[in-house]
Amino acid sequence: MPHVHPSCSLTDVARIDLDLAHSYAANPQRDTDYALRPMKMSFEDGGAYALLGPSGCGKTTMLNIISGLLAPSQGTVRFNGVEVTLRSPQDRNIAQVFQFPVVYDTMTVAENLAFPLRNRGVASARIAARVGQIAELLDLNPQLDRRAAGLSADAKQRISLGRGLVREDVSAVLFDEPLTVIDPQLKWQLRRKLKQIHAELKLTLIYVTHDQVEALTFADQIVVMMQGRAVQTGSASELYERPAHPFVGYFIGSPGMNFLPARAEAMSDAWTIAEQRVTVDEAMRSASGSEQQFTLGVRPEYVAIAQPHAAGAICAQVTQVQDIGTYLLLSARVGEGEHSAIVRARLHAESTTPAIGEQVWLSVVNAQSCVYVDDRLTERVEAAAR
Amino acid sequence: MDRHSVEDANVATGDAEVTHGTAAMKLVLDHVAQRVGAETHLYPIELSPVPGALTVLLGATRSGKTSLMRIMAGLDAPTSGRVLVDNVDVTGRPVRERNVAMVYQQFINYPSLTVRDNIASPLRRQRAAGANVGDIDARVNAIATRLRIEPFLGRLPAELSGGQQQRVALARAMAKRAPLMLLDEPLVNLDYKLREELREELTQLFATGESTIVYATTDPTEALLLGGYTAVLDRGELLQYGPTPEVFHTPHSLRVARAFSDPPMNLLAAKWTPAGVMLGDGVCWPVPHSLTHLASGACTIGVRAGALRLTRREGDEMLQGTVSLADIAGSDTFVHVESAVGTVVAQLPGVHLFALGAPITLFVDPMKLYVFGADEKLLHAPSSHAARASIMQSH
Repeated sequence: MPHVHPSCSLTDVARIDLDLAHSYAANPQRDTDYALRPMKMSFEDGGAYALLGPSGCGKTTMLNIISGLLAPSQGTVRFNGVEVTLRSPQDRNIAQVFQFPVVYDTMTVAENLAFPLRNRGVASARIAARVGQIAELLDLNPQLDRRAAGLSADAKQRISLGRGLVREDVSAVLFDEPLTVIDPQLKWQLRRKLKQIHAELKLTLIYVTHDQVEALTFADQIVVMMQGRAVQTGSASELYERPAHPFVGYFIGSPGMNFLPARAEAMSDAWTIAEQRVTVDEAMRSASGSEQQFTLGVRPEYVAIAQPHAAGAICAQVTQVQDIGTYLLLSARVGEGEHSAIVRARLHAESTTPAIGEQVWLSVVNAQSCVYVDDRLTERVEAAAR
Repeated sequence: MDRHSVEDANVATGDAEVTHGTAAMKLVLDHVAQRVGAETHLYPIELSPVPGALTVLLGATRSGKTSLMRIMAGLDAPTSGRVLVDNVDVTGRPVRERNVAMVYQQFINYPSLTVRDNIASPLRRQRAAGANVGDIDARVNAIATRLRIEPFLGRLPAELSGGQQQRVALARAMAKRAPLMLLDEPLVNLDYKLREELREELTQLFATGESTIVYATTDPTEALLLGGYTAVLDRGELLQYGPTPEVFHTPHSLRVARAFSDPPMNLLAAKWTPAGVMLGDGVCWPVPHSLTHLASGACTIGVRAGALRLTRREGDEMLQGTVSLADIAGSDTFVHVESAVGTVVAQLPGVHLFALGAPITLFVDPMKLYVFGADEKLLHAPSSHAARASIMQSH
């Protein structure tokens, strides 16, 4: 007789809606009192999501609220429209995988994988089939009958992943930096496994990490977080090409986006960028609209060496040229004193670059550059710009 | 013979620097080896890090980086060989009698001292000897400003973030103004953005040439970003030492190529014939004219991940396969491809999305191939930018 679990009222895969805020302080007054500022967020059925941000950004707080380890100080958590805000992790039907392996050393690998199913009274034949499928996906088949005790950290973490994924009836599987203990050379293989698993099992997966490679590779939708806020949710391409907030431009990419102070003048065909007058074509000018002050963002990959006084180019002084093997990274200073900024350009390995101290003209206004007003990306006429 | 010319060059550099008043250490490891019990940690190593410059020790875990640094510092004595500091044999002389600053992976600070007192701690002896307290304060302030921890001078280390704590440890090492500074994977415990920022600041601080800097890392990309010189270590052996881009572009052996590439250089077993390069599974690429002088026989073809492209150019060779994973790293996408010649990795700039199992066609310029002989020694490397001077007429 299968054990009837209270969470069975939640059907297999669930849409998760958050409308909440969380503060560890009793009476939050300012924004900075919140670990998570008031926000609405939805995770669709069967999606692969990543919560990405530096330590202290609120990503782990959000994960703990979704799992039920933490109740938000205000607002609600809904699974398929049903409020679960105060329910425990068990009652939410959530599976979790942590940084460090959670396995029973005295059990065999197969017994470890079967444990979450056996616990819920799933029929033996069904258990065997599911354990076989998960073991196959995670390359654990050769070790199924071995005790977990003698295995490497990497194999143990694969067992932990398997235990998290073995149940078909979970609302979501939550991963908290699950590749921390994995040897760097093996990480990509596990990233591949996780992608395969998502394609095959169609579970809702939510993955917390501070590592851009893990987030961008694993997830269809990445939630970039900073200071308790979700500043952008989008695909890897969207975060790279159109960062909605300067923080996203900075955090995604190595090195991150270049930012320059700029202003537009009425009735002029130019912008003033870092105190230099730069001719800008009409399509780009429409991006800044009537805004006087804004920030121009352009990725190092989209900065090119230009002819002197070319449209969209600024003059800078070369401070460094680094040979990074597959490309050259040029750094140049724009402006002087406290208003100066460094602009980086990623150039083809065969490029001819000026020497340190020399002047260089760098194209910074082009179809790939982004205009930020009050830290938000402005919409613009894509067709005109490209 | 080679060694002597290197040493002579160093003596010349050292002399030149003395006249400029710098105190960077001239360190020479002369056939330094280390065994612990039956285990060899270091095979005899000859290395003279260029004085006043940055030398990266690059190698995987247990390649001997830390063992070598501990000998440089005087924390351990070598089993055989000599350590010379400014032409004086200091082998076996303990660390207390050497003027060395060290920074470790872990953020090591005095927990009960403020940030200010932590940074000033190496200067206590000078203070005892009658140095002006105001001078010491000014020095602490200057270093704290450079490392951007000035606002926290009054706080305790535990009140700071990991990145800030490591900045304090770095500031303390710099306050010492030691002629030799050793850094053992100092950024490995930080998030990648902090790592990126602090690494960049460090390269600027090291550029003063006041100290000889030795910096251990397992990360080939970090070595390239740091620049300077690189010593490649593998299982206790020093494989190659030279200017970092030169070692990267001209690895003398397969072992160096493997150790100094991330993602790993694609290595394809091949047969070199006058008609072409026979790769596994019937793929044959014609030999470029400039390489027809190479002797026929078994060889290994090396292709850098960055040499593989999605767009065809004149004269390119083609490689077809299916995508096993597209690893997206922000500025680059690393595509793992199953092909007729085995698994290869292509580094594509920007973000590229591929479904698992999607077909892909890659192109490579045959002039970008590396050729290694049956003895694993380099036979041919593509000409690199590093070989050419990067000079363009100013406008």
